[in-house]
Amino acid sequence: MPSGAPSTDLWPRLEPLLPQVQKPARYIGCEDGMQTPKHGPDETSWLFTYPDTYEIGLPNAGLQILYEVINERPDAAAERSYAPWVDMEELLRREGLPLFSVDTHKPAAEFDIIAFNLSAELTYTNLVNCIDLAGVPVHSARRADADPLIAVGGHCTYNPEPIADFVDLVVLGDGEEVIGDITDLVGEWKRSGKNAGTREGLLRALSKIEGVYVPSMYEVEYDGEFLAAVNPRYPDVPEKVEKRTVTDLADWPYPKQQLVPMTEVVHDRLAVEVFRGCTRGCRFCQAGMITRPVRERPAEQVSRMISEGLQRTGYDEVSLTSLSTADFSGIEKVVADTISDQGVGQVSVALPSLRVDAFTVGIAAELQRARRTGLTFAPEAGSWRMRQVINKLIREEDLYGAVESAYSQGWRRMKLYFLTGLPTETDEDTLGIAELGRNCVELGKKYNSSASVTVSVGGFVPKPQTPFQWFGQNTEEELRRKVKLLKNDLRGTKGVQFKWHDTRASLAEGITSRGDRRLGAVIEYVWRHGGTFQEWSEHFSIDLWLEALAANGLDVEWYVYRHRTEDEVLPWDHLSAGLHKDFLWQDWRDALEELGLEDCRWTPCYDCGACTGYGIEHVVASATPPAGGSQGTGVDLSAGGAVPVTLQTSKPIGVGGS
Amino acid sequence: MRLRIAFSKHGKIRFTSHRDVARIWERALRRTNLPVAYSEGFTPRPKLSFGLALSTGHESEGEYLDVDLDPEQGADVDLAGLTTHLSAQLPVGMTATGVVVVDRRMPSLQQAVTSCTWRIDVRGVDESTVQAAIGAAIVAEELMITRERKGKEVTDDIRPLVFDLAVDQPIEDGVRLIAELGTQPRAVRVTELLSALAPPLAEPLLNEPRVLRVHQWITTDDGQRHDPMSVAAAASAPVGVA
Repeated sequence: MPSGAPSTDLWPRLEPLLPQVQKPARYIGCEDGMQTPKHGPDETSWLFTYPDTYEIGLPNAGLQILYEVINERPDAAAERSYAPWVDMEELLRREGLPLFSVDTHKPAAEFDIIAFNLSAELTYTNLVNCIDLAGVPVHSARRADADPLIAVGGHCTYNPEPIADFVDLVVLGDGEEVIGDITDLVGEWKRSGKNAGTREGLLRALSKIEGVYVPSMYEVEYDGEFLAAVNPRYPDVPEKVEKRTVTDLADWPYPKQQLVPMTEVVHDRLAVEVFRGCTRGCRFCQAGMITRPVRERPAEQVSRMISEGLQRTGYDEVSLTSLSTADFSGIEKVVADTISDQGVGQVSVALPSLRVDAFTVGIAAELQRARRTGLTFAPEAGSWRMRQVINKLIREEDLYGAVESAYSQGWRRMKLYFLTGLPTETDEDTLGIAELGRNCVELGKKYNSSASVTVSVGGFVPKPQTPFQWFGQNTEEELRRKVKLLKNDLRGTKGVQFKWHDTRASLAEGITSRGDRRLGAVIEYVWRHGGTFQEWSEHFSIDLWLEALAANGLDVEWYVYRHRTEDEVLPWDHLSAGLHKDFLWQDWRDALEELGLEDCRWTPCYDCGACTGYGIEHVVASATPPAGGSQGTGVDLSAGGAVPVTLQTSKPIGVGGS
Repeated sequence: MRLRIAFSKHGKIRFTSHRDVARIWERALRRTNLPVAYSEGFTPRPKLSFGLALSTGHESEGEYLDVDLDPEQGADVDLAGLTTHLSAQLPVGMTATGVVVVDRRMPSLQQAVTSCTWRIDVRGVDESTVQAAIGAAIVAEELMITRERKGKEVTDDIRPLVFDLAVDQPIEDGVRLIAELGTQPRAVRVTELLSALAPPLAEPLLNEPRVLRVHQWITTDDGQRHDPMSVAAAASAPVGVA
């Protein structure tokens, strides 16, 4: 539609469809905290879209933050959209209706930018489906000048090559600041009329913004089946795209008005992000690698966001989010203050990511004063040897200490999360998982005869921008064998419930996670053959993925199971999360030598690149690690205080990368 | 102390479920800082009790919930203005329309309500066909419906629970019906009523009717119909018990 035309409200046409679909409240908006965006010829409009259902997408913090940040600008407007479930999609297509926003039920194609959050590779086919349902050509090369720009952000964008054909721009890193730069440029282009032949120029200009990658500005060269190079098409387009990093979380107290949905969603509670980044250095963990350095939110700001948030939303549960919440300086005080704050009534606190070596009786005691929330610990591997390989340096004693703390404070069951298919894993390591589960239940029996644990196992999928990016993923058969090994070993064990992730889904994730641009045709094939909602077991089909690879002459072995070599050009080498490739390679070699690497918050810098390359530092409130456990040293530190290493007070700040 | 709150539900929010509405109320009450009583145990829940569930997609001018207040702090609650305060904390489309104190010995809404009046807008039909279908239903000795219960199909005669059924007025491209349907021992749904009528009303999904609950009624032993607020108000009025 021509820019400046009045906004279309599809509600009158959608309303008659809603009695015919499951969970119609997915499509009504109406949340507390919903913004009232003002559209016009001078306002740059964003449609923030989560490529899965409303229940999964609504709580996404990234989208909520950007939705607010954009709506605070006088020259911009933001709305939200989610993938319609298959029943709704069928009705929309039958009625000739497009993807729409839930805020004002405006057609997706009337927005200047449709921006997707990509948190999981298996949503890629939904991304394509949403673009198509919006009425926008799925291939970026076929889009007309006035078509919306398709943007993506989120953790998957550290290797966006498999979806490069479908997107116009990719954002690497924290979105808060870069989104403003993009709005400036797109706004200028919009006000100039989006004239014929100007889209390419806009994209070229966007590619020069730090943190923005425009795939169409790069040419890919192959050498047989290997990548030879990914080169910029123009001299002013950067050879390497660096991620954007917000240096101080205190400047970004968002979301200020967390959306409270009218219908049940996952994570239906207040969420306050206590820090971003993690330097524990777990080698399998992409999130920990790509979000460095650690940036803590000041404790007073956390407390204020909690009390104001609870009062505003009416929630009775708050989740303190981060990659390892027990690491937050002063976590015990924040939890205690929240639970004993009489002004907010009965409140429970959820700590979604807990390291066992930092979970203490003190925290357990505070938590149990309110309603007991579920507890999940992630030892990740069943043996100390294996945990050294993956650099999750928690001792068995740490796990037992944490588990016993919880049982002693009245919890009767907890969940333990593990990975299988890790580098160098032997059957002895795998069976260690069962052993840990059994031992935890034994501990629990001291406090409660019905004590139990859920042992949950996922197949390891190597991720880009991590030390394990060179590792050949275990075959689906091998993962299945390991799951069966555990299943047999745990058969008849009272109190241990065994759960595992579908090994075929791990294979599909492996296909997309480290692929190159040739995977675009595979994703398109799966989508064209009805393969949407691949995160849902009732819709997932591995056969479709294998068929799609075969149809495009591509090989599972080559993309998933093969170990990469040091000299291989990886599809994401031109994209940087700040980590030096030689640091990652050294860390991979260390892994194979079973060498752990301590947390760099409290030890000298390893020069991974995340701080030095961008001239930033960790922002932590405490120079000593929190009390309890081994704190990633493998040494007993239960007395608390400093780890036995040299504490570096100020870090060297390098200039302009390696 | 127990409060009975009346509220309405209109517009987009009508697509929320009964469970959704319960959660909406829990949050609204906390935001109003009303000292709601909580259950004991590992997972304390606010003591709220809702009346008959309203089907997802239906609107209503007569919804109710009973709220138990904390015995210690409840006495200090200022009832004047509470309706306005509650409405301010409810989403667009939901409005609190009244608050009264209820005697805790009174039967619950679920037990007490005996019938509901419904306004049903049916589109894509002509009035004479509808009149004929209704006329036939009224003189019928039985109105059989089949419904699923615990995975099995059961057949019920709903005729004894159809207290009233009439064409109210013509509307654009259709007809507005008014029906009073009994709720004891089981509440008859509007969709069940329509499915028992002659075509085209019984056609599923052909034209999804717009349904509004106009009233809920409590019929007392003397045969008088009262709404749940006036029953409560009368019972809690400071008059001597006969």
